[in-house]
Amino acid sequence: MSLSAHLPALQVVLPLLSAPLAVLLRHGGLAFAIVTAGAWAAFAAAIGLWLQVGEVGTISYHIGSWAPPWGIEYRVDRLASFILLLVSGTAAIVLPYSRASIEREIPRDLHYLYYAMFGLCLAGLLGITITGDAFNVFVFLEISSLSTYVLIALGRDRRALAASYRYLIMGTIGATFFVIGIGFLYLMTGTLNIVDLGERLRAVQDSRPVLVALAFITVGVSLKLALFPLHQWLPNAYTYAPSAVTAFLAATATKVSIYVLIRFWFSVFGETLIFHKLPLPQLMLGLSLAAMFAASFIAIFQDNLKRMFAYSSVGQIGYITLGLSFDSVHGLTASIVHLFNHGMAKAAIFLLIGGMVVGLAGRGAVSPVLTFDKLAGLAKRMPLTCFGIVLAGLSLIGVPGTAGFVSKWYLIVAALEQGQFWIVGAILLSSLLAVAYVWRFVEVAYFHAAPEGSGKQEAPLGLLIPAWLMVIATTWFGLDTSFTVGSALEAAQQLVRVGK
Amino acid sequence: MSSAFIFHPALILIAGALLLPFLRGTARNGAVLLAPTFALVALWLLPEGKLWQVQWLDYQLAPLAVDKLSRLFATIFLLMAAVGGLFALRQTSRLEVPAAFLYAGSAVGVTLAGDLVTVFLFWEFMAVGSTLVIWSAGTPGAWAASRRYVAVHLAGGVILFAGIAGQIAITGDASFHAMKADSIATWLILIGFLINAGAPPLSAWLPDAYPEASWSGTVFLSAFTTKTAVYVLLRGFPGTEILVWVGIFMIFYGIVYALLENDMRRILAYSIVNQVGFMITGIGIGTEMALNGAAAHAFAHIIYKALLLMSAGAVLAATNRRKCSELGGLFHSMPITTICGTIGALAISSFPLTSGFISKSMVTQAAIDGHLQMVWLFLAAASAGVFLHAGIKFPWFVFFQKDSGLRPADPPASLRWAMIFFAFLCIALGVWPDPLYAMLPYEVNYAPYTAGHVITQLQLLLFSGLAFFVMLDFLKRTPTITLDVDWLWRVAGPEVAKSFRLALAETRAGFGEMIESGKARYCILLARHRRPEGLLMRSWPTGSMALWVMVMLLANLGIYYFG
Repeated sequence: MSLSAHLPALQVVLPLLSAPLAVLLRHGGLAFAIVTAGAWAAFAAAIGLWLQVGEVGTISYHIGSWAPPWGIEYRVDRLASFILLLVSGTAAIVLPYSRASIEREIPRDLHYLYYAMFGLCLAGLLGITITGDAFNVFVFLEISSLSTYVLIALGRDRRALAASYRYLIMGTIGATFFVIGIGFLYLMTGTLNIVDLGERLRAVQDSRPVLVALAFITVGVSLKLALFPLHQWLPNAYTYAPSAVTAFLAATATKVSIYVLIRFWFSVFGETLIFHKLPLPQLMLGLSLAAMFAASFIAIFQDNLKRMFAYSSVGQIGYITLGLSFDSVHGLTASIVHLFNHGMAKAAIFLLIGGMVVGLAGRGAVSPVLTFDKLAGLAKRMPLTCFGIVLAGLSLIGVPGTAGFVSKWYLIVAALEQGQFWIVGAILLSSLLAVAYVWRFVEVAYFHAAPEGSGKQEAPLGLLIPAWLMVIATTWFGLDTSFTVGSALEAAQQLVRVGK
Repeated sequence: MSSAFIFHPALILIAGALLLPFLRGTARNGAVLLAPTFALVALWLLPEGKLWQVQWLDYQLAPLAVDKLSRLFATIFLLMAAVGGLFALRQTSRLEVPAAFLYAGSAVGVTLAGDLVTVFLFWEFMAVGSTLVIWSAGTPGAWAASRRYVAVHLAGGVILFAGIAGQIAITGDASFHAMKADSIATWLILIGFLINAGAPPLSAWLPDAYPEASWSGTVFLSAFTTKTAVYVLLRGFPGTEILVWVGIFMIFYGIVYALLENDMRRILAYSIVNQVGFMITGIGIGTEMALNGAAAHAFAHIIYKALLLMSAGAVLAATNRRKCSELGGLFHSMPITTICGTIGALAISSFPLTSGFISKSMVTQAAIDGHLQMVWLFLAAASAGVFLHAGIKFPWFVFFQKDSGLRPADPPASLRWAMIFFAFLCIALGVWPDPLYAMLPYEVNYAPYTAGHVITQLQLLLFSGLAFFVMLDFLKRTPTITLDVDWLWRVAGPEVAKSFRLALAETRAGFGEMIESGKARYCILLARHRRPEGLLMRSWPTGSMALWVMVMLLANLGIYYFG
């Protein structure tokens, strides 16, 4: 068999192998090289899979040639291949960035651990996305979560430890709920394969254990995706983690959790149960609106730049789940596109903030906490960094010409399909809150006078280039939507067809 | 002409705006004058029709579409940008002219947009550009005004966008054509347009913000935002009856507040609302004559209103005073400014042989032809009112009246020539209206200079002139501020926000303590965790989060079982 037939396995195995190698080598530079190579290979595999799915449709790969439902199946459909691209692509950009960034933020003797954990986290996230086995999802979820806790705790700020600890508790509760849910499903059907589960569940859809399973899985995954009001672990984790970690997590971790939710809702429990028999859409709608308004509102009052954008993430996740609650192809498309577009924009912002940390710290100094008073007149000192944040911020607002606009557009179209004008109003009003918090940055960076005697302190190129790649991506996908919207629409149609 | 050689006039001007900050001295001055001129040439080389077509999502967009109406408005906007650029050559703020060109270019972009998405895009750019123009005045007052201004326009943009999204989703068609205000979507679009036109109840943004700009900035501001709104209403909602009454309200709102006002530029800002009211009334009447009248009036209005604000700007730049009660007798030393300002004042009052006469009388005539007696009566009364507040009051108090003792010289050449050119246009259009009539969207069957029209208008003007001087004592301005609806966001809004902030700070302090104590508990906990007995940890500080998880789980279970 040729190599391309084994891409699904390589997708996960390559980054997974890079992690222990990095530990064994115990050398920052070598670990960097190996894990980055692993991530790039994973990215290449993801591109290959995306193309294959376009040619032959859904790919089913049997691990060890054991046929499902007995063996573990890796299953790549349009949605999975799209998410794989997002995750591996972000990793491929963030890893080269890490090298210069963690120099200031993580003690040097821990660098190899950082790369090892990054590789594990990447492997976990890719595994969650690609696997067609419910229990396997849990295993990979734990792999990615445990490595994430370590990555966050590597932050130099002591509060990083507390934040990581908090996340550990909450993440474990979430994972436990998830596995309890899967336990119930196994009890009712005797299978763990997702496709098989979906088919067998139809017979016992209304039974109480299935409903309990749904509740446990929904709440457990909601915790991981930081659905309001289960988002409390997120702001601190994002704020105190090293910049590169924040950028990677913001673009991928919550997004993969949303993928799990979509997967279980549509492929396992089925659209009829979720949307027609249970009032789940209404619940989701309410929580999404609460997230959009409350979290964006809290973001406006933050004094710490990273924390502000962390709350903004919670708000933006609200848009994604809002699309889910519509139960329509357009709504689902909006969710999937926004998941991608928001990932790009937030990665760009957090990468640029990482550059800011390095630039402001100067040589050898300890990295500063980025409160707003330190950012006065920053646009003069770091023009490229600030301009990039403004561009990505425009995408958060949803200004036409940026990627954020495209996803909001589909969200609005989906709301209009339901004839619900007030939701359109809510989407646009909450966008104004985004204007407010982005404006706070603009006002301080562009219109406040810089402190005396500060020269140009632009972030190093090694940090600027990866960050600007992301910024360009947010603009690019706002103008040329064929890749994002095309993939998302196809994925949404596939899901709805299967879910029926 | 193949499509490859078609330039988008709006993009030429915006490119100029982006280039300007990098130029200095003569090169900059040349670019300021050439960018709008090039754009004007490019505009007139364009054939009619949808010239650019773009596929975006599922919709067909036409970012460049030309017909007579759009060419008329784009022409006057570009002319205004060119002469405004000349007037502002000596402006020391480096931001203002580029911002004004971005603003003007976006206004041109709206007029040349063949679809609603492009309209919205340039609409928002216009808001950004105009805000920067106000802000570049550099005073604290301008900073505060620009923030209030941008808040109103962003809110307007949101309403407009909701409407556009709805309209496209309902009809599946993104093209911009005449609509009926019969669904929520079209109503939202109409409201979004009207907010920019300065319609009630939000008219106050205009006289609040415009006078805060610099001496040259206000000239730019007077031309684009409201007239772009007139253009989109002309194209989108001709003959919508409610517009007649909105327009009449604006006419009288403008007159009343202008009569009460003391700041010379604020008087002129209120009179913008008043003049736009005439145009909107014309759009509401909706006959070909009325629409022609509205379009022609917009064209003429941009010129004379810019002229008036240029003369006011020249006075401001020379004396640094804005209040009528502090000015007067300037005709001694500023003859050219006085003459130009007076010509502008005559034009706004629709004196025969000026541009105002040949355009506004079309709207009045349309009211007569449509047998709208009430509307006609209002318009006639308003014409007298315009003469009172703008035609006599402004030049009288600023240039004549008592001698304030100020003897500033006429402004430098660039300002003078800009004023003289527009003064010339005011007279030229009034004497020889046919070229303007030929540019109007519909065929014109109207002769302005009949004995009846001229005599009616002269009677109106003479009697209101008489009234002005009889009541001069009442009209003498005292140095006060007149309150308007904008009190709500100037005074009440900040108060509410302040008290809210206080409350928030208190709760935050409360939370802060909780977090602090939480942190202390973490530390103890972590210390204990390192010891063997630390494994017996009973109370997690994450309890509240865990509680939420339980609440969510129970809520989910509850609604699954009983929902």
